[in-house]
Amino acid sequence: MTDAALADVPRPVSEVTSAGKVLYWAGIVLLCAWVLVPIYFLLSNALSSPAEVTSFPKHWVPSFDMGSLQFFLSFGGVLKALMNSVIVAVLTMILSIGFGAPAGYALSRFDFWGKDAFRLLVLMTRAFPLPLLALPIAVMFIRVGLDDTQLGLALVHTTLAIPFAVLITFSIFAGVPVELEEAAWTLGCNRWQAFRKVVLPLVLPGITASAIFAFTISWNEVFAAAVLTVQNRTLTAFLLQSLNVSPLHLRFAGGAALVIPALVFIFAVRKYMFAMWGIANR
Amino acid sequence: MRRNLVALAGAALALVMATNAVEAQVLFWANQAVPVEEAQKMRDNVLKNFPGGADFQPQDPGPFITRIQAEEQAGSGTIGVVGALHGDLASFTKDWIDLSDIDLGAVKPSPAFMQLGKLGTSEQKYLPWMQANYVMVANKQALQYLPQGADINDLTYDQLIDWAKAMAEKTGSPKFGFPAGPKGLKHRFFQGFLLPAYTGSEVSKFRSADAATAWGKFKELWQYTNPASTNYDFMQEPLLTGDVWVAFDHIARLGTAFNQKPDDFVAFPAPKGPKGRAFMPVLAGLAIPKWAPDVAKAKELVKYMMQPEQQVATLLATTFFPVTDAALPADLPAAARALGPAVTAQTSSPDALPALLPVGLGDKGGQFNQVYIDTFERIVLNNEDIKTVLDSEADTLRQIMIDTKAPCWLPDADSNGQPCPVE
Amino acid sequence: MNTRALPYLLLLPATLFLLVFFVYPFVQVAVQAFVGPAGFTTDNVQTMVKNFRFWPSVRNTVLLAAIVVPLQLVMALVMASIVANLKSARNTILYIFTIPLGLSDLAAGIIWLAIFEQSGFLNSMLVSLGVVDKPILFLSYQNSWVIFVAVLLAELWRATAIVMVILVAGMGLIPKEYYEAAEVFGAGPWKRFLKVTLPMLKPSLQTALILRTIAAFEVFSVVQALGGTTLPVLVGQTYDWQFNQQQTGVAAAMALVILAISIACTVFFLRVLRTPKGATL
Repeated sequence: MTDAALADVPRPVSEVTSAGKVLYWAGIVLLCAWVLVPIYFLLSNALSSPAEVTSFPKHWVPSFDMGSLQFFLSFGGVLKALMNSVIVAVLTMILSIGFGAPAGYALSRFDFWGKDAFRLLVLMTRAFPLPLLALPIAVMFIRVGLDDTQLGLALVHTTLAIPFAVLITFSIFAGVPVELEEAAWTLGCNRWQAFRKVVLPLVLPGITASAIFAFTISWNEVFAAAVLTVQNRTLTAFLLQSLNVSPLHLRFAGGAALVIPALVFIFAVRKYMFAMWGIANR
Repeated sequence: MRRNLVALAGAALALVMATNAVEAQVLFWANQAVPVEEAQKMRDNVLKNFPGGADFQPQDPGPFITRIQAEEQAGSGTIGVVGALHGDLASFTKDWIDLSDIDLGAVKPSPAFMQLGKLGTSEQKYLPWMQANYVMVANKQALQYLPQGADINDLTYDQLIDWAKAMAEKTGSPKFGFPAGPKGLKHRFFQGFLLPAYTGSEVSKFRSADAATAWGKFKELWQYTNPASTNYDFMQEPLLTGDVWVAFDHIARLGTAFNQKPDDFVAFPAPKGPKGRAFMPVLAGLAIPKWAPDVAKAKELVKYMMQPEQQVATLLATTFFPVTDAALPADLPAAARALGPAVTAQTSSPDALPALLPVGLGDKGGQFNQVYIDTFERIVLNNEDIKTVLDSEADTLRQIMIDTKAPCWLPDADSNGQPCPVE
Repeated sequence: MNTRALPYLLLLPATLFLLVFFVYPFVQVAVQAFVGPAGFTTDNVQTMVKNFRFWPSVRNTVLLAAIVVPLQLVMALVMASIVANLKSARNTILYIFTIPLGLSDLAAGIIWLAIFEQSGFLNSMLVSLGVVDKPILFLSYQNSWVIFVAVLLAELWRATAIVMVILVAGMGLIPKEYYEAAEVFGAGPWKRFLKVTLPMLKPSLQTALILRTIAAFEVFSVVQALGGTTLPVLVGQTYDWQFNQQQTGVAAAMALVILAISIACTVFFLRVLRTPKGATL
């Protein structure tokens, strides 16, 4: 781009746009750096020896000392905990979208008595600190036998994820013109068919977004996981909660060990966010 | 996408069903040995040989308390053995079963600790598990700035202030460090070290002129204290990075510094004040809740933890010392080698003034600590008037003593069964 | 099917679920704030308000939210617009922008503490570039505004992705014809953004704002890591009452304060950014 701009001296208009382009890409690179540099610190420290982690000035390139990471990988039960985390997160995803998306659709399409009350209820779940609710929930779970099960924990995580599911699907449904649906009805579709054939493809990115949130919320939640699981510990409860009081090199390694699976998940589903991009644009 | 979701849901449910086969291990619920390395050593070295297996789960304070409360309210649960500090166990005194029928055989725990384990009742509510103390640590580079005539093993608070001042002035940045972070154990320093050294009391002389002097001294020391101290929870980190050269902390929170760089640091006793060299021991105990699923097995685990072999393994795992007369091996790690003698020097010095852990406060232990934390923050960080703060916090302290009817404990004078007075 | 019953049918599963797993435990906790051994009491509220950390923690929390949320909204709009306009490398850049989503706030606190510590990355960089000759103490209780800025940066880094993803999903729904029409009438990119993107994005903006604001009032881990005891916030104080001091009544009162502030803001955003039922063509 820069070369082209320099070669085209006599044409000021394209020079302006080229200069703008350079600026534009510089901005993008800057934003990417803003996101990536702290992550790089985390990963490079996770791959450094304990002495390097506490040294000053810091090393910028890790020595690829695997000791700290290996410590976590050799932890008894890490695989099982990883499995538990994935199960709980997937259940949370399914439950929160299963409960949340219909509610989001209703909020976007209908005016009815109690709409605002419902919205407030949904938001309150997010606005009250969960660790205080953990006690009554744990008592309830012990009594009904949900204590120490993945399903029980997923139910609690779903309460955290539902506001995201409801509100995001609501805003996406609200962005889909009612006329599109009505057109489908006139073409002989019933409400459900119209929804499936016309609306659903359009809202898939939004559903994906709320699925990602549900997954990461569950993946990173520590408190309820620590209280409500004993034999079926999640990876986060297993590793993360004690990280704050662990030596520096293990904090980084533990942090990295938790981040990587979450990043893999986001990477795997990111294409859905764009799967239907452009359909609405035609 | 939808078919994938259905498949995922099916697979997840199948797994839920498959993995819920419960093993009959004793659940060992603890709030000590939380750092991941310590927890792993507890599992690998201390509990490995327990017949039937024990599941060691160290927790942050929040989840730790919440689960015990939940099981208490539900009247049933899965916790077999609780391992926690004296004060934490005191919060749930009525939930613990009497352990006096555990036959310890040749193992002889310290009688003073056994007494504390009764938590003011006639039953043995917990058995002592492990003990620790607080000491000072210095980077060897700091020693050159020691004031003239000062002996590191017989330091006074005034000399410590001079030392911190010299370091700050000669190196250009304050090098004394103090665990005043959110999880730091600052309150123990005030309760068990600073105030008793100046007043000879932990509670009753809280707002005396001597106490005001002590706080004045601490404020002086704070001028030469690394201001990042309000972020420090464990002093081993800033000692290792060199941000701090001299520090006070719990021995378990200093161990990593010695284990990583054994030649760089020295440990030494806490300073002394006009009333003596005050110090406060740390005691962790093992208790069994009434609703434990298998009480016999849980008692087995408690007994197992008291054996000499496990007591030593616990020391190696956590830098907490045995509570029994277990013989220590010769090849201890650097942390235990350096910190053990400093603790001994502190407890056996001629002017030693032991300040005991609070007794009889029940679940008000946290509020008791908060009085000292608030006093510190108001006087030192917010620069409020010492006298005013002491008077107002003394009211809170007095109320706690009246509410709990807790009589005085050492070093305060005996209050003859009456609530400990705050004069 | 009966159209009047349909919305209630659609809401039923979520409502039942929330009644069991939120309302039931919530009521149990909330009453503790006002019930003492002798019935109704305002003792807990008084204890809470009289504590010298109460007003600072309200101030810090509200101030933090008031600064972080608007900044995040602007940043997320920029990022989402970039992603929407990209022709090449769109997926890669979107992925990079969403990375912080995968991090827990605990991990974010660890990372940013490592940056701002006395012997941290920022000082390493400044020293090796020769800007300063010895490390600067950033996180000192004496200049709490630096701590505040550090927390601000960490929160911006950690939680902007959430807003961006919501906006990206919303932007995908804006029909291209609108932009083409605007272009025909001679609207430049800035004008198109103002006249087409922003109004069409209202539902998503509202959602993002509400969710982010509520989350901002729950800020805790990052503040604790960077601010230690210097920067008390509401959630931190709630935990302190609940777990360290075991005064559940006061903790419940504190949690209700958080709830009240959050709901007040939500209602405000709902009013300001009213969205019609379904956008019309």
